Amino acid sequence: MFIQDTTPDTSAYMVAGYAIFFVLLILYLISFLIRTRNLNRDLTTLENMKVQSQVATGDSSEFKPAGNTRHAVKRKAARPKGNKSNQVKKKVIKKK
Amino acid sequence: MQAKSKTLKILDIVSVLLLAVAVYLALVYAPEELQMGQVQRVFYFHVATAWTALLGFVAAGATGIIYLVSKDSKWDIIEVSAVEISLVFFFITIVLGSIWARPIWNTWWTWDPRLTTAAVTELIYVAYFMLRQGIEDPDRRARFGAVYTIVGSISAPITFFAIRLFRTIHPVVIGNSDPGSLGAFDMTSKMLVAFMFALFTFSVIFVDLFWNRIRMGKLASRVEQLKLSNMQ
Repeated sequence: MFIQDTTPDTSAYMVAGYAIFFVLLILYLISFLIRTRNLNRDLTTLENMKVQSQVATGDSSEFKPAGNTRHAVKRKAARPKGNKSNQVKKKVIKKK
Repeated sequence: MQAKSKTLKILDIVSVLLLAVAVYLALVYAPEELQMGQVQRVFYFHVATAWTALLGFVAAGATGIIYLVSKDSKWDIIEVSAVEISLVFFFITIVLGSIWARPIWNTWWTWDPRLTTAAVTELIYVAYFMLRQGIEDPDRRARFGAVYTIVGSISAPITFFAIRLFRTIHPVVIGNSDPGSLGAFDMTSKMLVAFMFALFTFSVIFVDLFWNRIRMGKLASRVEQLKLSNMQ
């Protein structure tokens, strides 16, 4: 009575196991991609804000955005107006 | 975010290919176990994910020590990455184990020493993220996180050795099972190939995800720095 003579059919559990494994793995990868996308968006927004605040305050220290991101603002925009004239003045002083 | 390096891109592709081969070996190549039937095939991924997850928890503890010594924030990023991926892998382990247990033990869950220590380990690392969420200061958060992972990493070897130290119904794959264990089996050479390949595959997948997660951690760190500087 207690001796098992046939292999039980447990294939449904096996299918469920592998299905759940792939679902969990894909969910994690999707969350990973969404978080990365959101962070890239945050980075772009924050760098724009930083550049705008520097332009508004006339801060001459150049802001360097991170390497390979899709930034809407170019570095040139970060430079305050009148930079060139300041450089010319310095050269004139040196010559004197 | 910096562009992915060529090595990482190759590793992404290799991981997907290895996973496909591991699935083939587990589902097709390895023979059916006669007493348990097809559900035994869950074992290959169950053990492989558990192994990498527990190693990841121990690695997180080690990086916690390195962070406390060096105070370099990159070790904090590495620590969080290790814990996150290990947490996902260990959750998969528990779910797969539960699915296997239903036809073999006739229950989804039982408070066996192995299952209990596994659940405690998982909850410890869920709490780790709750702790980190509650601390705003990055340095303080990293310091608390480092201490927490060092203490938490003790749970990983306890979970691993639980089936060897305590009386349990959980089978031991490598070594002698407790006489009261249910679901133990002897591996054939083909089963061993599928098992070893799954271990290798999940180690590679872990490294790949770990690398990608570290890159995301660096990006998150940069965003946080900008947020703090904008607030000032």
